[in-house]
Amino acid sequence: MEDQKLYRDKEHECMSREEMKALQSKKLVAQVKHVWDNVPYYRKKMEEMGVSPDDIKSVDDLHKLPFLSKADLRDAYPKGLLAVPQSECVRIQSTSGTTGKRVVAFYTQNDVDMWEECVARAIVAAGGTNEDVCQVAYGYGLFTGGAGLHGGSHKVGCLTLPMSSGNTERQIQFMQDLGATILCCTPSYAAYIGEVVKEMGLKPEDLPLKAGIFGAEPWTEEMRQEIEKSLGIKAYDIYGLTELSGPGVAFECSEQSGMHINEDHFIAEIINPETGEVLPDGTKGELVFTSIDKEAFPLLRYRTRDICVLSRKKCSCGRTLVKMAKPMGRSDDMLIIKGVNVFPSQIESVLIKMSNATPNYQIVVDRVGTTDTFEILVEISDDMFSDTIKTYEELQKKISQDIKSVLGIRAKIKLVEPKSIPRSEGKAVRVIDRRKLV
Amino acid sequence: MTVKQLSVFVENRAGRLSTITRLLGDNGINIRAMSIADTKDFGILRLIVNDSEKALEVLKANSYAVTCTNVLALRLSDKPGGLADAMTCLYKDNISVEYMYAAFISETEETAYLILRTDKTDEAVTALTEGGFKLVSDEEMRSL
Repeated sequence: MEDQKLYRDKEHECMSREEMKALQSKKLVAQVKHVWDNVPYYRKKMEEMGVSPDDIKSVDDLHKLPFLSKADLRDAYPKGLLAVPQSECVRIQSTSGTTGKRVVAFYTQNDVDMWEECVARAIVAAGGTNEDVCQVAYGYGLFTGGAGLHGGSHKVGCLTLPMSSGNTERQIQFMQDLGATILCCTPSYAAYIGEVVKEMGLKPEDLPLKAGIFGAEPWTEEMRQEIEKSLGIKAYDIYGLTELSGPGVAFECSEQSGMHINEDHFIAEIINPETGEVLPDGTKGELVFTSIDKEAFPLLRYRTRDICVLSRKKCSCGRTLVKMAKPMGRSDDMLIIKGVNVFPSQIESVLIKMSNATPNYQIVVDRVGTTDTFEILVEISDDMFSDTIKTYEELQKKISQDIKSVLGIRAKIKLVEPKSIPRSEGKAVRVIDRRKLV
Repeated sequence: MTVKQLSVFVENRAGRLSTITRLLGDNGINIRAMSIADTKDFGILRLIVNDSEKALEVLKANSYAVTCTNVLALRLSDKPGGLADAMTCLYKDNISVEYMYAAFISETEETAYLILRTDKTDEAVTALTEGGFKLVSDEEMRSL
């Protein structure tokens, strides 16, 4: 009985290493065959490397498989990696891609169930039971944050408050009136809620909350302490990628030191981002995931670009699932702003439409209080020159609208004089991130 | 009969006007009329100078965002109703003024000069000329 409160799925969460390897191997062999039979795009990659499903007999053979990257997702957009007939899919979720095209992930009902079970493990690890009231203040819609935590909360049997993000005073009102005990949102929104609580003259003990599950953007230990203090809770990290399912690929336990990866569904590897060579546990490198029981959108050796370390040190919570540290950076130029993935190339794709040549630009990200600020400086180029304020203001507005439609978040557009953005070795410095998150 | 106006994109930063005007001054360019249209982040500095070609060259060489536009330089009687007469003349022909500003120059105390841009430049030239107003050419501007 007690175990049921500690773990969602003790069998898998506390499996011995040998049993887990055997389970992973069995699932991997089937997953590779499923991909080979149904995804010509990846089959071609395997053929090019001279690998066939017969070569993959266990997890030890994983390194023989080719990598998948975000570029592959873009090339195969929208349905090139779909491994089942569309009629078997029940859901699409999406995240922003590298050059304006979004990444679209498909789910069968089994895929949705697996994803939600992963999130359920995270909620239980944060102390959640069917007695809890779970307030989901992640954005709903294509973003996996809202849908993932919502589904996981249902699985656990929590009373679910599908608040979505925004309207903070109403969030706090509901929290109090309906007795929300678990808050799920981005860490920066949690910190903001904490500030508003204070502004409203409330104390942490006036809130019924006991725990929070926060993810979708990088956050620091200092932020955790600040959030825990301002809301009177324990704050747990959750990790995931839309490509793989969504939040819940990995989750934090009571020890709050790294996130357990749901290894019975996803195999994690750490590689050298330059060479692709697999590195031993405990070494810093790029995190690579292989889904092993997905139906609609299986991804083999998907490069996350997150720089990370894996640890197999025994965890006091009793779980044997491998732990990943908080990502320590990126091996590409992706930024996470207000919980949204932003690639400089996306900004470029918008700006290139404004003039014949790509204007020089600079992305300036900062954090004021707990909120990310996002500003794009755009150098006026030859064919943008104008005699009237109106033209410049229309240009500003047009860029702003296009950025909003590509990224889903608003940026402040500032037009600046030619050659005013500092260059280093002739190349304009594209990104200034003053947030100091790692 | 129009004059060339230079429009320079200027960020709202301390020292920008000082740098631009110094640059023009050092190159022997005399400013005959100017105005600044401003927003929160940037402004457009509009200039009528004695040598617009040279000014354009100098500004471009120094990486300024600058465009050249044809505007009207109108001589008015410096007396009550002088400007109103010109505006009436344009309004009669359904011509709108987009912006205008006063010039520094004037040969006598009886006249004043006004720089204006309308939505229909050619029509404005015709309307004002036929209405008996004096428009100044680039050449005349140089010698004023």
